[in-house]
Amino acid sequence: MEAKLNTDKADWERFPYLDSADVISVQRGPQPGGAAGAYRAFGETLRGLKTVFGRLVEGPVTIQYPEEKTPVYPRFRGRHKLHRFEDTGLEKCVGCSLCAAACPADCIRVVAAENGPGQRVSAGERYAEVYEINLSRCIFCGYCEVACPFDAITMGHDYEMSDYNRSDLIFTKEMLLAEPLDRTPLRMEGE
Amino acid sequence: MSVPFGDTGFAEATWILVVKSVVIFVAIFLIVPVLTVVERKLIGRFQCRYGPNRVGPVGLLQPLADVGKLISKEFYRPLNSVPLLWAIAPPLVIISGVATLAIIPFGNVKDGVGFYGIDVPIGILYFFAFSSIGFYGLLLGGWASGSKYSFLGAMRSAAQLISYEVAMGLALLGVILMAGSLSLVSIVEAQDQIWYVVPQIVAFLIFIVAGLAESSRSPFDLPEADAELVAGYNTEYGGMRFGSYLLAEYIELIVVAGVASAFFLGGWQGPGPGWLDPIWMLVKILALIFVFIWIRATLPRLRYDQLMSLGWKVLLPLATLNVLVTAVLVVVA
Repeated sequence: MEAKLNTDKADWERFPYLDSADVISVQRGPQPGGAAGAYRAFGETLRGLKTVFGRLVEGPVTIQYPEEKTPVYPRFRGRHKLHRFEDTGLEKCVGCSLCAAACPADCIRVVAAENGPGQRVSAGERYAEVYEINLSRCIFCGYCEVACPFDAITMGHDYEMSDYNRSDLIFTKEMLLAEPLDRTPLRMEGE
Repeated sequence: MSVPFGDTGFAEATWILVVKSVVIFVAIFLIVPVLTVVERKLIGRFQCRYGPNRVGPVGLLQPLADVGKLISKEFYRPLNSVPLLWAIAPPLVIISGVATLAIIPFGNVKDGVGFYGIDVPIGILYFFAFSSIGFYGLLLGGWASGSKYSFLGAMRSAAQLISYEVAMGLALLGVILMAGSLSLVSIVEAQDQIWYVVPQIVAFLIFIVAGLAESSRSPFDLPEADAELVAGYNTEYGGMRFGSYLLAEYIELIVVAGVASAFFLGGWQGPGPGWLDPIWMLVKILALIFVFIWIRATLPRLRYDQLMSLGWKVLLPLATLNVLVTAVLVVVA
């Protein structure tokens, strides 16, 4: 950019060092004041009023959260779910602990046990006797989902998981198998 | 030319005056809470959001919740405040605001009862006198709080008062010259041909700007600039004392809108039968209040020196010129 000296005479007298080639004059907006300034201010005020009135006509963009929710994307990584086979009702998880091995936050604990002849829990040879996810440590990276060879664990769409105690955030196998709880404080009937 | 005083040949019984004052008082204390919630909802809409909508149906009970909260607050007075002045400042603002409401005319005399608090002969001077007393409330409150923020807010109120009262008075002077009367009732009656907003458009705009400053609303809310002065003159107030400042501000808003409707928008004049008169007046007042809220949602707060230069360098010369031109035209025509 070409350096342009301020050639205003008054400035030259007040600031003799403006002679230096290093000094660049900054271009400023027109000074307020005078009839033109008043006219400009008035016009801009009207323009601002028009813009704001347009917002009134447009209506609110608010999403009233507990009642309305923003839909999540299909690949959203929310709270985990454990799955059963739909036809037999057997658990898909065979207790291989690959998810626990893949977990970078080390928040999954799996204790495997053999399927007995009397009681059959999973489709495979073994099943997960204990399957716990500590959601206060989980970073929702989805590596467990990727690691699972049987698609037994997937990331769901539930993101409302806040609770009052940390111990309540350790989800057991039963909680992960069940549908997510409706935890949002909804407005009471007639309120 | 007749003496520009209102018609004093009309007198009402004392009990009618008492009933009227009670009605005005009750009506105001019913309107103001609704006004607060309407203002908050409107500002919300102007900003693409809903505003309060949780308390009661569509948030209409919000003022009840607010007042309940304010009433239940602890009475707290700063140690270095001046007790008496500190205590009388908020009531002073309310009294002056409500007293000014008395001259706002909602209709002409019907069956021996005037649809206004009182038709004082000095008319609009009464409004100026009481709104200046209202400013004393802000000044005293700010000064007696013993806090630098309150003090700054009070000083700003004083500076704002002297730069706007003059322009405001001169703006109304043009209308007074045209109507040949100080009484608001006579001024409204003089507008049955044409509303004064048409010949006195400059005066109307000046009055609106000065009225915003008068009721210390945005963009002239320097006395209580929440961002820089915490809350200005009412920083140290809490509970219902703070609430009374808020209440007074809304009363002041209604008063300014009422005076503007009576002076420029033809007051109660409007099509339809006679019993519609008060409704026309109310509609005009509410329309002006809508404009005030609209302006509040749009404009940023003026800087202190900008406020001064606007008051003294723009509004005052304009208002003076307007009065001069009006005076010449009134004499010539």
